[in-house]
Amino acid sequence: MIAFILRRLVQSVLVMLVVSLVSFTMFRYVGDPIAAIVGQETSIADREALREQLGLNDPVLVQFLGFVGRAVQGDFGISYRLQQPVMELILSRLPATLELAFVSGIVAFAAGVGLGVYTALNRRGLASATIMSTSLIGVSLPTFLIGVFLIWVFAVELQWLPSFGRGETVDLGGWTSGFLTESGRASLVLPVITLGLYQMTLIMRLVRAEMLEVLRTDYIKFARARGLTNRAVNFGHALKNTLVPVITIAGLQLGSIIAFAIVTETVFQWPGVGALFINSVQFVDVPVMAAYLLLISFIFVVINLIVDLLYYVVDPRLRVDRASARH
Amino acid sequence: MGFGLMRSALLRRTTAALLASAALALTFAPAEAKTLRWARVGDALTLDPHSANEGPTSTLLHHIYETLVTRANDGSLQPGLATEWSIDPLDPTVWVFKLREGVKFHDGAAMTAEDVVASLERVRKETSDFKGLHTEVVSAEAVGDYTVRVKMSGPSPLYVQNLTNFFIMDKGWIATHGVEMPQDRKNAEEKYTVRNANGTGPYKVVSRDPEVRTVLQYFDGHWDTKPEVTEIVYTPIKEAATRVAALLSGEVDFVQDVPVQDISRLQSTAGVAVTTGPENRSIFFGYDQGSDKLRSANTPDNPFKKPQVREALHLAMDRDAIMKVVMRGQSLPAGVAMPPFVNGWSPELDAYPKPDYDKAKALLAEAGYPEGFSVDLNCPNDRYLNDEAICQAYVGMLGRIGIKANLVSQSRTLHFPLIQKFETDFYMLGWGVPTFDSAYVFDFLIHSPEGARGGWNATKYLNPEVDAMIKSLATEIDNNARNATIAKIWDQVQKDRVLLPVHNQLLAYATRDNISIEVHPENQPKLTTVKFK
Repeated sequence: MIAFILRRLVQSVLVMLVVSLVSFTMFRYVGDPIAAIVGQETSIADREALREQLGLNDPVLVQFLGFVGRAVQGDFGISYRLQQPVMELILSRLPATLELAFVSGIVAFAAGVGLGVYTALNRRGLASATIMSTSLIGVSLPTFLIGVFLIWVFAVELQWLPSFGRGETVDLGGWTSGFLTESGRASLVLPVITLGLYQMTLIMRLVRAEMLEVLRTDYIKFARARGLTNRAVNFGHALKNTLVPVITIAGLQLGSIIAFAIVTETVFQWPGVGALFINSVQFVDVPVMAAYLLLISFIFVVINLIVDLLYYVVDPRLRVDRASARH
Repeated sequence: MGFGLMRSALLRRTTAALLASAALALTFAPAEAKTLRWARVGDALTLDPHSANEGPTSTLLHHIYETLVTRANDGSLQPGLATEWSIDPLDPTVWVFKLREGVKFHDGAAMTAEDVVASLERVRKETSDFKGLHTEVVSAEAVGDYTVRVKMSGPSPLYVQNLTNFFIMDKGWIATHGVEMPQDRKNAEEKYTVRNANGTGPYKVVSRDPEVRTVLQYFDGHWDTKPEVTEIVYTPIKEAATRVAALLSGEVDFVQDVPVQDISRLQSTAGVAVTTGPENRSIFFGYDQGSDKLRSANTPDNPFKKPQVREALHLAMDRDAIMKVVMRGQSLPAGVAMPPFVNGWSPELDAYPKPDYDKAKALLAEAGYPEGFSVDLNCPNDRYLNDEAICQAYVGMLGRIGIKANLVSQSRTLHFPLIQKFETDFYMLGWGVPTFDSAYVFDFLIHSPEGARGGWNATKYLNPEVDAMIKSLATEIDNNARNATIAKIWDQVQKDRVLLPVHNQLLAYATRDNISIEVHPENQPKLTTVKFK
């Protein structure tokens, strides 16, 4: 067990290194930070001197090793653009992204499962047909358009909800939360729908398909033959078995919600790490970009690690296989 | 109904009544505490006044810190912390500034000549992004409490024009917080000045959350008359659609950086007003006319070296069509690469020809390219108003005379390095003139690369005579002789078709219709001038 965990940990670190090296090399093609950080009056000689001081003339590998070396010590440098320590910037923005991602995840999961079950059980109803066809919009329309459309309807025309920002936040010792104020909760609604719509559709379709599959199996037929109520059959037996793969997918999707919150954060001026990243790209703020990508790969790696470990704990066959393979 | 429920209902009613009377009280006292919610595309990068030479940063800082001289909406210089300024009649290399008396910093300290000297010291430090504007300064000394003498390396008649973004800090405050050097990006350590400020400006910083919200409050000890706006809530909103939506939904009062395509719709929206005015920025194309061979052209030589080709490029541009179709009327087509505010501008220079494709074609044939040629055109897509669309339109026009321009349109982070490293054949550039004098254009765009000059001369234009004339401008104190030289340089530059002007940009400010604000030519609106109707 310990050997397995260690092996997975080493793999995880390697994955992170590779991801960050690839992204670090790509920064070369994002542009020249010097052009973004000095004024137009700066002379050619001064621009060159700054490039040298920032180490931008060093080979990529040297720059990368320097970055990793400092990152291991928790030093991600200072943002070229906002002139603040990168770690602090990211930590101050992380609560916004995490709150948005978790609420979207929960809403998407609850609504997705509910609608999925409903459409599976009432396959021929008009409501199901409507839900299924509208859900296609959720998959096919770009997030950006959905966001702007929601802003237009609910903020500009109806003036029910705010069009941008997080509203009032409460500082809970380093963690700013929007849950505790009315404007904070109101500000969550539109971004949550925008970010969660795709995931919701995905989960709904998955639940529906799994559910239809399960409903056809023999044990459901036997259950019905035993005279159990519809409710007991559908929810006690069918749904329970449907949810196993759905939970796995949903867990993995949480990582991508965090990572892909970028568009939603930009549309709603949501002060999270995604918006920070996008602004940094425009200024070629390499320290922030590098730290953000490390953070995202870290989140993915951790989620995958947990999933793997859970399999190992939950599924005894895995342990047996590995044990026998070694003999 | 249980007791608890009843009590809470009662409480709610009482609160509602209290709130209503408070609201009533507010409507009867409108002169107090007027908040203006202000949104624009990007945030200030820092509160350190000598660290980042960047438009939005200076715009915000103008509310917190003050400068010796300020730029009025018509482009003229106005007294700021200095009430008078002049060149010492006995020594043309010395500038004398008389300071305003009774000015206080936000922490209560009085502003004196020593503070100006300390600020000048600081702005010239290695890590300052403004040091380029003060290269000619040798030393500064305080004469008494309210006079500063600045010694220059030679006569510098234009130096005062460089001071409109030179913010004055408190000497004692600098020492207390150990911030003698402006923020240095290469050290992984943050300076106190990045998030804290102590200026003499009309507003104090109440809170600052970079890229989220900055709140400023009127500073009671300010020397000038009290503005109508007593509180500013500044929010950057990056996405244009969201920015406009925030104005329409009433969440902000004033939006800067309004997209051109939204102007006419906003103008016809009830409750919203749009104010437009010329910006101090002209948009033009440049082409490498110095190299023997182009990097991207399909010719063995450099067509841009031939005057006929440059003339043909000029004749093939339909500026009126670009104004009407691409800019929807929101631009001023131009024949010279400087906005009308700038010293040296004249209507004659700004005149431009009607497009003449036949003549342009004939000129190309005369130059030896009867079939035309192909070349890359580098264009930014996130810097100027409709930059990419302008390039697309021009590519079409060039196509009519046989020049096949391949549009390479990319982010400014990739576009500007090409120009700065002189690695482009044909490019779009916009240039603002913060000194409002032609010398600024010549120094950076026309002079050959040398020291602080020529840093943006990607046309590789090289004319020693012009270089000499440009240099002479810096030290000439006879205004008439100086203006005559400026006219001569422009004549040569226009004759050689060094730059290919397109237009001057217009700025648009959108507000709720009870607010009036004037457009500032450098896009640095001062909210002290805002009036509520």
